[in-house]
Amino acid sequence: MSRKKHHGGWVILTSLLVGLMFSIMPLPSWAVAWRPDWVALILLYWCIALPQRVGITSAWIVGIFEDILTDTLLGQHSLSLICLSYISVKLHRRIRAFPIWQQAVGVFVLMLLSEVLSVWIRSLLGAQHTDWSFSYPAISSMLLWPWIFVMLRDIRRMYHVF
Amino acid sequence: MVADYRYSYVKQVRTELSVAMYPLQYIVGLPVQTGQWLSQNFSTRGQLLEEMAQLRERNLLLQVSLQKYEDLKSENERLRTLLDSSIKLGERMLLTEVLAVDLDPFARKIMINKGTSQGVFNGQPLLDAYGVLGQVTNTGPQSSTVMLITDPSHALPVQVVRTGLRTIAMGMGATNRLKLLYLPNNSGIKVGDLLVTSGLGGQFPAGYPVGTVAEFTPDIGQPYAQVQAIPSAHLERNREVLLVWTSEEKQKAASGGGEEKP
Repeated sequence: MSRKKHHGGWVILTSLLVGLMFSIMPLPSWAVAWRPDWVALILLYWCIALPQRVGITSAWIVGIFEDILTDTLLGQHSLSLICLSYISVKLHRRIRAFPIWQQAVGVFVLMLLSEVLSVWIRSLLGAQHTDWSFSYPAISSMLLWPWIFVMLRDIRRMYHVF
Repeated sequence: MVADYRYSYVKQVRTELSVAMYPLQYIVGLPVQTGQWLSQNFSTRGQLLEEMAQLRERNLLLQVSLQKYEDLKSENERLRTLLDSSIKLGERMLLTEVLAVDLDPFARKIMINKGTSQGVFNGQPLLDAYGVLGQVTNTGPQSSTVMLITDPSHALPVQVVRTGLRTIAMGMGATNRLKLLYLPNNSGIKVGDLLVTSGLGGQFPAGYPVGTVAEFTPDIGQPYAQVQAIPSAHLERNREVLLVWTSEEKQKAASGGGEEKP
């Protein structure tokens, strides 16, 4: 990984920081359960667009920071983000070829997977889940994906990140 | 993850990293702070005068009740010296502000803008004007995380004022409910009974209001009745909360913490 080949790392960093900020932004109480998983969405985009730069290691680091910000068990978000980034890096060629709405469905499945991982960890710690409210972030993330995708793609082209 | 759950040395790492995260939390909280600042600065003269009159009136009422309190306090102290029991010493309080950030939606936690540099420590109790709020679970230099008493993994030793019965108030994860554990069906609890901290765990000072009993369902098939209470502190509506230092804190730090779950 030589430095010369890459360009615009600060764009990736800034987008992830903004994602972290959105994930602790105060929301009205009815909307809290519907908060999209911003960090996962942004990470997913970079994994698909630049799999040679953003991958499992970045997912781990970002996940640890998200754990600290939201005061969850250290590694809970990391684990789900790692799984997410592994799958998306593996399948990035195929995902890129999909039309955008099909991508959104794929995002839903991936997000659901990461939410289920979080639910497992939480129930190991003794939390109780009685309804399907843990899947709401997956739904809102799916609806948000087309916008995130187009926006980040334009940003990537504007600042020539590669 | 297992290391974080079981051992405390990861807590140090968490503290170090939380320093780096504080600017982010500050920026996120900024719009709310600006909004408050604006509304404070642009309120009209009439509003301010009205508010002042109200506050003056309330101050008067509080002063009157305080007179009675002083009298009762001295009487209480006198009686306690007669009985040769230890006097409850005064507590030091510090006003802190709640940071406008959302934490894990599946836990009941808030973040405050005071940390170890102001002397905050793990397990420190927090109050508001109406009752017990929670305790500090994580400290950073400038901010700390507070677990509310409604968090499902929080337990608080309480006492019913009317009967003196001791029990444990557990959080349920719901915004405004506590459940009381291990109360037999014939415990004589009524709806509306006031609960105060019993001070038994050693973590919380005794005698602060926790909540009122809202529901009492005796269950013949079970050894214990199902009792629920509403916390008296305004848990989800606070901007300012009070940190408490009791005078025995140092002894407790030496003997190694309280009994209730963190």
